[in-house]
Amino acid sequence: MAEAPFGLLAELTHRCPLQCGYCSNPVELVRRNAELDTESWRRVFDQARSLGALQIHLSGGEPLLRPDLPDLVTHANSLGCYVNLVTSGVGLSRDRLRELAARGVDHVQLSLQDATRAGNDRIAGIKAFDRKVDAAAYIRDEGLPLTVNTVLHRQNLDNIAGIIAMAEEMGAERLELANTQYYGWALRNRAVLLPTREQLAHADPIVAAAQERLRGRMEIVYVIADYHEAHPKPCMYGWGARQLTVAPNGDVLPCPAATVISSLQIENVRDSSLHDIWHNSPSFNAFRGFEWMKDPCRSCPRKEIDFGGCRCQAFQLTGDAAATDPVCSLSPERSTVDLILQTEMTPDVVPAMAMRKMT
Amino acid sequence: MTSVVALDAVPRIRRGVKCTYDQIREAHVVLFPEGVLVLNETAASVVSLCDGVRSVGDIALSLGDVYAGVQPEDIAELVARLVERRVVDVDG
Ligand code: SF4
Ligand code: SF4
Repeated sequence: MAEAPFGLLAELTHRCPLQCGYCSNPVELVRRNAELDTESWRRVFDQARSLGALQIHLSGGEPLLRPDLPDLVTHANSLGCYVNLVTSGVGLSRDRLRELAARGVDHVQLSLQDATRAGNDRIAGIKAFDRKVDAAAYIRDEGLPLTVNTVLHRQNLDNIAGIIAMAEEMGAERLELANTQYYGWALRNRAVLLPTREQLAHADPIVAAAQERLRGRMEIVYVIADYHEAHPKPCMYGWGARQLTVAPNGDVLPCPAATVISSLQIENVRDSSLHDIWHNSPSFNAFRGFEWMKDPCRSCPRKEIDFGGCRCQAFQLTGDAAATDPVCSLSPERSTVDLILQTEMTPDVVPAMAMRKMT
Repeated sequence: MTSVVALDAVPRIRRGVKCTYDQIREAHVVLFPEGVLVLNETAASVVSLCDGVRSVGDIALSLGDVYAGVQPEDIAELVARLVERRVVDVDG
């Protein structure tokens, strides 16, 4: 039997006031009338806890758009779970934050699109910067630990020093600098987002120096730009190993991006229990362990570290979700990635960013 | 990089870190933004004594009453690992 999960990522809604062109939500966004109701979410939390989950990440979209968020925080907290609020900061007044903290939010993760007001609001598609700065102040005043989260790409990588300074100013204890991963929206916008080698070479030493300088004060987590690397990033401790995601409509996903694997048969909390889905569903068992692997991964010592890379990326770029992640230099399909780098890093004509929106 | 923790250092649970007992795993656990640590019995006792008052040496002394053969160096090493995982802070 698979080991119990540690975390539940609860995507309470896909609605969001921001329109980032690299959003990790699927291109087919769930509409409001298809969202689970309060009772169903409570049941999902109960089931996640009895399955073993100890962390509940309340995410979206923008979770603040759910009027029942305070009730859901209370419920998650009453189960003894660590409650993490993942927000854009838009809609977070001092009073709301205070109430959510009183009801048991343990930690806030705040997104920041860029270092400056102009840059941030261009990427977000709305005026959000000032509200983020305010939100950070409320969080700090309330004494809650704060992680600032920035997705990196060609449009903001040159401002990396400013982003780090901004997170410091906001009083963050952690800063996650994650290079864009190309699924869904980001895949669509890849020719606008793919960084150049020069940009990455410029950013690397700045990040390393800041990590050193801020040691003990602000931890900086840096997620690599995998297209530019020789080996893939590890799939979070392996497929169906640590965490499960429940989408706004109750779909249960082994990984937040898993809907891109169209061959995967997705289960829903309306039809089965989380326990059953975690342990017995074909989707969660599809890439557990090492048996599903083909060569070169199967006989590669690095499989213990990177689990053959990303299943979603393998599917999107090769059509086979069980293939070696094509960013791997050992993959027979690495040339696909090289060709993308060649044509999309510095395209002759840069297309306009497709902003995230419900269609 | 494993930092060395001195015997007179005073460890304290970091802000935003929650210690609790998990009925499902039947183990003490530490919950923090980036993850979950499942503790064995000794680690759980050490964590419960990281109160911002006791030093590593004090913790070793108190645990010496419960577990025979507890070495202060072992406690220091365990605390160093907890610091690395950002579960506790040390001052002094
Ligand atoms: S399959 Fe890919 S997107 Fe999904 S968790 Fe693994 S690495 Fe991340
Ligand atoms: S061959 Fe597979 S396991 Fe080996 S490094 Fe590449 S992706 Fe990882």
